Amino acid sequence: MNPISIEDKLAVNKYDIDRDVHIRIREDICKVCNEHYCLYACPADCYKLREGHITFAYEGCLECGSCRIVCDKGAIEWELPRPGFGICYEYG
Amino acid sequence: MKQSFDAIVVGAGPAGCACAYTLAKAGLEVLVVERGRFAGAKNMWGGAFYGPTLGELIPNFWEEAPLERYIARHKFSLLSDEACLSIEFTTPRFSQPPYNGFTVLRSKFDRWLAAKVEQAGAIVATALQADDLLWDGNQVVGIKAGSDELPASVVVACDGVNSTLAQKAGLRGELLSRQVKMGVKEVIQLPRELLERRFNLNNDEGIAWEFIGSCTRGLPGGAFIYTNKASLSVGIVVRLNALVEKKIRANDLLEEFKHHPAVAGLFAEGKLVEYSAHLIPVSGINMMPTLYIDGLLVAGDAAALVLGTGLILEGANFAVASGVAAAETVARAKRERDFSVKSLSYYRELLEQSFVLKDLKSFRKAPHFLDNPRLYSSYPGLVCDLAEKLFTNDGKPRRKAWQLLREAMKERVSFWQVACDLMRGKEVI
Repeated sequence: MNPISIEDKLAVNKYDIDRDVHIRIREDICKVCNEHYCLYACPADCYKLREGHITFAYEGCLECGSCRIVCDKGAIEWELPRPGFGICYEYG
Repeated sequence: MKQSFDAIVVGAGPAGCACAYTLAKAGLEVLVVERGRFAGAKNMWGGAFYGPTLGELIPNFWEEAPLERYIARHKFSLLSDEACLSIEFTTPRFSQPPYNGFTVLRSKFDRWLAAKVEQAGAIVATALQADDLLWDGNQVVGIKAGSDELPASVVVACDGVNSTLAQKAGLRGELLSRQVKMGVKEVIQLPRELLERRFNLNNDEGIAWEFIGSCTRGLPGGAFIYTNKASLSVGIVVRLNALVEKKIRANDLLEEFKHHPAVAGLFAEGKLVEYSAHLIPVSGINMMPTLYIDGLLVAGDAAALVLGTGLILEGANFAVASGVAAAETVARAKRERDFSVKSLSYYRELLEQSFVLKDLKSFRKAPHFLDNPRLYSSYPGLVCDLAEKLFTNDGKPRRKAWQLLREAMKERVSFWQVACDLMRGKEVI
């Protein structure tokens, strides 16, 4: 049994993906952040560090709220997806 | 929807449904708003709930609810990197109605519960989100949902751990990462017969199996395996601040756990069908928000009503009980035509009388006790080491258990620390 990547895990989930992005990050704040707690808090690996820049992809978000809680710099503008959109658990 | 409701319940989870069901049965006009496409679409948990609370609301619910298995066996294991020491409990009493607990998948279960709420006479509006509260001075008088304003005599916020309503009403500040645990879970499908053979289960029997130790690399938390009808729920629960401070991802812990020699074989031939995550408020009464203001009550995870004692981590029965208490408060307020904070203080009285606040108060020191890193990083390895020494036959003369214990404790923990932890544990849990 080989470890399964988060991407492969998210691929089995059901999402109703919206056009609207529900979480935005303030890149100016992320640029000067040393901790990047968001990278380790997000269970869906939505945050990535690429060449010193934090990038965020909202599509795989599991709406847990952990990124907002760990970011003590106020860099994350966190909203829930529009009603009816986002993760749609079939098991839960 | 221009009519005014007696109550608007926000969130169709166990707290919201229990509240709306009780209100509708009492003849009140109730609207439930749920942001998911259906009730349960946004909800996950480890997988088990216990106790008589739901049965008091819906008698013999197990005859009709989409439950997975009744929990006939409890197993608790301590893990070192490679070894595992377990203790298991079973009694025929847990296999008879009213049963002691069930494994449940939320997507199906919450949908069933919301349907019961509708049958009782409430309106359940899905794909509708309470964005904000409506105010008349200091009194909450309804919700804003998109461009709609929905008036109600009272609002009950059952919108979960991230409760935006409790926060917008100023009942609590931002959650702190040390107040919550991150739970990540996989549902792994297995043919029913294979699963039952593998776990030694008959018919609808199930097992609830919890682990502490190397599965969280010594961080506060643990792992779990619950058996569903034809799938396993396997997951990790770990304190959020510990994860980010140590720069560890919960999913990496989950992958490591699934490969631990003690459990790896259980997942063979299994097929991953879902990966989910959720936060759990674990600081108990120390993080409980204000429970009510004029025209607003908070219940369930939104009010942080979760009990963690180390041996158990329960929230669903607290959600149901608080939802019912909120409903009884609202019904009484309607009779007296008074939805002020004074009238709604009856909610606190009811919670004080029930197990909800009694348990949270008697275990108020448990969250602090459970912060002790030795519980996760020292003791599990120590007992596995000791067990290995006791069971190993290396052809040399036997030594007494006491000597082996002293050897296993070396460099891990002192007798003084063990004594202190035992004393504290006795006092706290």
